[in-house]
Amino acid sequence: MLDAAAHDKLPAAPGVGYKPQHFAQITEDAGSVKWLEIHAENYMGDGGRPIAQLRHLSENFAMSVHGVGLSIGGEGPLDADHLARLKHLVSWLNPASFSEHLAWSTHDSHFYNDLLPLPYTDASLQRICTHIDQLQDTIGRRMLLENPSSYLAFAESTWSEPEFLAEISRRTGCGLLLDVNNVFVSATNLEFSPQGYIDAFPLDKVGEIHLGGHDEDEDDHGRPLLIDSHGREVVDPVWALLDYTLAQSGPKPVLIEWDNDVPDWPVLEAEAARAATALERVPA
Amino acid sequence: MSITATVSQAEFTRAMMDAGQPAPEGLQDQNAQPAGRRFSVYRNNVAVSLTEAMHSAFPVIAKLLGKQNMDGLAGIYLRQHPPSSPLMMFYGEHFPKFLEGMEQLKHLGYLGDTARLELALRRAYHAADATPIAPEALGALTPDALMNTRLALAPAVEVLRSPWPIHGLWRYNTEDGAPKPEPQAQDVLITRPEFDPIPQVLPPAGAVWIRALMGGATIGEALEQAAAEDESFDLGATLALLLQGGAITALDSKG
Repeated sequence: MLDAAAHDKLPAAPGVGYKPQHFAQITEDAGSVKWLEIHAENYMGDGGRPIAQLRHLSENFAMSVHGVGLSIGGEGPLDADHLARLKHLVSWLNPASFSEHLAWSTHDSHFYNDLLPLPYTDASLQRICTHIDQLQDTIGRRMLLENPSSYLAFAESTWSEPEFLAEISRRTGCGLLLDVNNVFVSATNLEFSPQGYIDAFPLDKVGEIHLGGHDEDEDDHGRPLLIDSHGREVVDPVWALLDYTLAQSGPKPVLIEWDNDVPDWPVLEAEAARAATALERVPA
Repeated sequence: MSITATVSQAEFTRAMMDAGQPAPEGLQDQNAQPAGRRFSVYRNNVAVSLTEAMHSAFPVIAKLLGKQNMDGLAGIYLRQHPPSSPLMMFYGEHFPKFLEGMEQLKHLGYLGDTARLELALRRAYHAADATPIAPEALGALTPDALMNTRLALAPAVEVLRSPWPIHGLWRYNTEDGAPKPEPQAQDVLITRPEFDPIPQVLPPAGAVWIRALMGGATIGEALEQAAAEDESFDLGATLALLLQGGAITALDSKG
C-alpha cells in the first residue's frame, strides 16, 4: 500500500544507488532494497525519461538525493545557479534525505567531475560551515555531509577528520553520512586504524551509511593504495567494519553504491541482501 | 623550523591538469613524504571520468574515429574545455567546433555537424515535457485561417542543417543494416513523441519553414520563406512530420 508519509524518512534498511537500467526490475520486485539514492546532477534536466522515472520511483520508495557537484569545500563562493537547481529538485521531489560531500570539485568556474581533497584547518572549517549554512538555508532542510576517501594528506591540516566533521556538524546542525568503505580506503592509504576512526566518529549524527567497492593499486614505495571506484562488490573487511559500526550506532539506512561497470540487478540486490543480514544482527 | 606549505585550489588544479608538473608541495603521504603517485589518482580520476563522459555523449563520433583516437581527442578537449557546470549530461558543447579546428581531421569535414546532431539529440532527451495538440485541431481551420496561424513547438524540437549526410551517418553507425550514407546535404528534424528523440530527414526547405515558425512566423509567412528557398517545398509533408512527432503544442490563430 502506498503511503506518502512513510517516505519522509530513510528506513534503517538497505538502499541502492539507482541506475536507469534497473528501472523495470525495481518496479516489479525490489527484493531487499527498501529505498533509493540518486545523484542530484543527473536529474537536473527539464523533463523526459529521467524525470518521469524519478517521479514514478518516488511514489513507491523513500528517496535520497546525493549531490556530487556543489563543491562545498571550494575556495570560491557556491554556484548560485547550482544552488537554485538543488532547491528546485529538493522542493518538487521532497526526498527523505539530502546529502553532499566534504570535498570540492569546482575552481574558477571549471567543474572537474571528481571529489577533490581538503586540508583540515580553521580556515577551511569556517568556509565549509558558511557554505553549509547557505545550502541548508536555500533548500530549507538539514543536510548530511559525507566523509571522503583520502589518497594523501595535507601538511597544513591541524584537525583529525572525525573531529573536523563533528565540529562542522556542531556549528551548522548538519547530519553526517558515514561512508564505511571510504574509512577503510583512507585508513589503508594513510595507515591509521579504521576502528579507531569509527570510535572517534560522532555516530549519533549519522543519518546514512554508504558501502561500495574499491580498486587496489600501489604508491611509489610499493605500499597499498586503495582507490574508491564504486565498480565492484564490497570487500569482506569493509563488511566487518560495517558490523563494527552498527554495533555502536544501532541500525541505520545502509546504501550500496555501484556506479561503474554497473552489474545486473540480481548482483546489486545480493549486496543489499547482505546489508539486510548485517542490519538484522543489530539490536534496535 | 620550516614553514608548512599550504596548497591553494588554483595550484592543485594547475598541477592536476598538467601531468608535466610535480604534485604541489604540502601534499604528502602518511610519513610526510611527497605525495607522488597518490596525487596522480586525482589526475587519473578527472581525465578518465571526463573521457568517459565524452564517449557517452558522442558515441557516433567515437565509432567514426575509433576508441584510441577518441580517447586522445577527449584528453585534449577536456584540458581546453573543462566542464563549466556540474551538469555532465550537457558536457561537450564546444566539441563540434573543436573537431572542425583540428588540422589532422580536416579531411573528415562531416565530424562537426555529426557531433552537433549528437548534442541536439541529448538536449532533446532532457528537454521539458509538452502535450501535443490533437491533429484534428489543424483540420478544423479554413485554409485562410491556417495560413494566419502560428504554431508553438515542443521544447524537444531541434532543426539542423548540414552540407553533409549527417542523418545517414548517424543511422549507419547506430542501426544494424542501415544503408551506407550517400554524399549529400541533409537537414534533420528531431522530435520526441514520448521519451526517445527521433531524428528524421527534412524535405527540401523544410528546415527553413520550421525555423521561421520557431521565430514566430505564421504558417503562411513561413511558407513564403520556404518557397523562396525551394519552389518544390512540400508543406503537407513537413507539417505531417511535426504532427507525427507530437511536436506541435499549441495553435495561435488570432493573427
